[in-house]
Amino acid sequence: MQTEIHKEAGARSKVRKSSKRMTLEQKDGLNGYIFIAPWLIGFLILTAGPMLFSLYSSFTNYDVTSRMDFIGLKNYVRMFTQDDLFWVSLGNTLYYVAISVPLTTIGAVLLAVLLNQGVPGMRLFRTIYYLPAVLSGVGVYLLWMQLLNPDSGLVNTVLSWFGITGPAWLFDPNWTKPALIFMKLWSVGGGMLLYLASLQGVSKSLYEAAEMDGANTFQRFRHITLPMITPVIFFDLVTSFIGGFQVFQEAYVMTQSGTGGPANSLVFFNLHMFNKAFKSFDMGYAMAMSWILFIIVLILTVINLKLAPRWVHYEGDVPK
Amino acid sequence: MSVASKQKTSYFESVKVRKRISQTIVTIILILGSLLILSPVWWMFATSVKSMGEIMQFPPTFIPKEWHFKNYIETWKAAPFTRYLFNTLLITLCVVIGNVLSNSFIAYGFAKIRFKGRNVLFAVVLATMMIPGFVTMIPHYIMYSKIGWLNTYLPLILPSFFGSAFNIFLIRQFYLGVPNELIEAAKIDGASHVYIWSRIMIPLAKPAIATVAIFSFNGAWNDFLGPLLYINDDTLYTLQLGLQVFKGQLDTQWNYLMAGSLLVLLPVIIIFFIFQKYFIEGMNLTAGSKG
Repeated sequence: MQTEIHKEAGARSKVRKSSKRMTLEQKDGLNGYIFIAPWLIGFLILTAGPMLFSLYSSFTNYDVTSRMDFIGLKNYVRMFTQDDLFWVSLGNTLYYVAISVPLTTIGAVLLAVLLNQGVPGMRLFRTIYYLPAVLSGVGVYLLWMQLLNPDSGLVNTVLSWFGITGPAWLFDPNWTKPALIFMKLWSVGGGMLLYLASLQGVSKSLYEAAEMDGANTFQRFRHITLPMITPVIFFDLVTSFIGGFQVFQEAYVMTQSGTGGPANSLVFFNLHMFNKAFKSFDMGYAMAMSWILFIIVLILTVINLKLAPRWVHYEGDVPK
Repeated sequence: MSVASKQKTSYFESVKVRKRISQTIVTIILILGSLLILSPVWWMFATSVKSMGEIMQFPPTFIPKEWHFKNYIETWKAAPFTRYLFNTLLITLCVVIGNVLSNSFIAYGFAKIRFKGRNVLFAVVLATMMIPGFVTMIPHYIMYSKIGWLNTYLPLILPSFFGSAFNIFLIRQFYLGVPNELIEAAKIDGASHVYIWSRIMIPLAKPAIATVAIFSFNGAWNDFLGPLLYINDDTLYTLQLGLQVFKGQLDTQWNYLMAGSLLVLLPVIIIFFIFQKYFIEGMNLTAGSKG
């Protein structure tokens, strides 16, 4: 309705000063481009250009200094057939993403629901839970190397109180990835804050009505809370998948400058690519790898987008 | 009082009691969870003031027996951390300025000026969020090395002056809430778009801009990959790189490592406690636009 009124008003003003309006609009158009120019230039120089260069280079044996010969699909063929570490890195990354993304999403939703129960001190709890999410970088990785230290670390000390002998974590190939996932779960508060913001937008009257109808806590969660926050879950999933596939820094810092941990258990896709690019200067090959990663992320995002209408509820939808 | 209304009050009372019980349970869970979340931070501090002998003791002590605060001074002196600190401050300051200026400027174009292709271009802005940074990492490195910018801060600072998708999105979202009438009125008074942007929109959008500033601060302060790629000269190291090198030198001297980590994380923690309302504001804007 409102847009109709706006349109009408716009049409009326157009009639009134049609000749002057044109020049104003043209001038506005130019202004628009001036304002977005920094982004546009940045997009061309820092995104589009580099991507085109990277796409072309992925079909060459580029090594920065001397050669850049077109070698067709050889990089891709080598990746799939001769590079065992490529498959290891892909497997490690899929393992990490497949476990950390659902766990952090579920954890964040549950935490947000708990915080939204109107308990006293909610703001304090919110601050505490969110704190780890703002901490990142080498300091945090060092902290977790200490926490997970088999002898002097906090985690195994606490486990020993319950009579459990903790694993060697970063020294045991079976436990390195779970260790990194635990570290990731510590910062679950970032997603929590997003869900909490969305939960606070859910009208209280919906819950009151459901309570009157005798819905229990679980039913209220399942039929009111969950549908209302599905758009945020969707957004969170899309960005977490993209972020998860780019896991790199923690593996680099926590494994002696990118050596990949015991039995290559922390050689993630990007770590392998980084080593190919900056240790053996196999740039063409590394760029080919980056395109495979891009395609994987793109396919997952498209699947996410295609599945969205089945479960994501947007306000104004006809209830099914 | 009739029987019916009596039943009704007891029904509501039982609901009240149940609510109180469930709230107590939730509070207990949240307190336990808080302890779990905070214990690593405490552990970092506790370890940082212990002696190496106490760290090696089994079982480890939760509260240090002796508090060696001089560990902090020794850590700071063990590597040129003061230099790293100034390097990091310089980069961070430039990145924050770049992000605030560029994103608030670009967002104004997308939010308040009508021009051909605006919607298509904004869709492109959003689409760039889907591009993993690693796809452009190697070409960026090659580009900067060809123009001789390796070992300078330019590759770390300059990109922030060209805006970034998420920040443009965040500020645009805020600008959209500013009534168009305000801008029309200013235009009638003869104000240019630059004037409207700098004198009307920026002051109004302070919360969103503060959010962008704080997130940029965090990003630049914690950036490890950028300096790792572009900085080789150890006089140009940032705190993150310095800490990584420090780790290599000290191996398992956890008291010094934890003292160094805590010192590097401290500014982020302080900023978080002072400005947490802006972190939350940013989240509200993001969540609000998705719902």
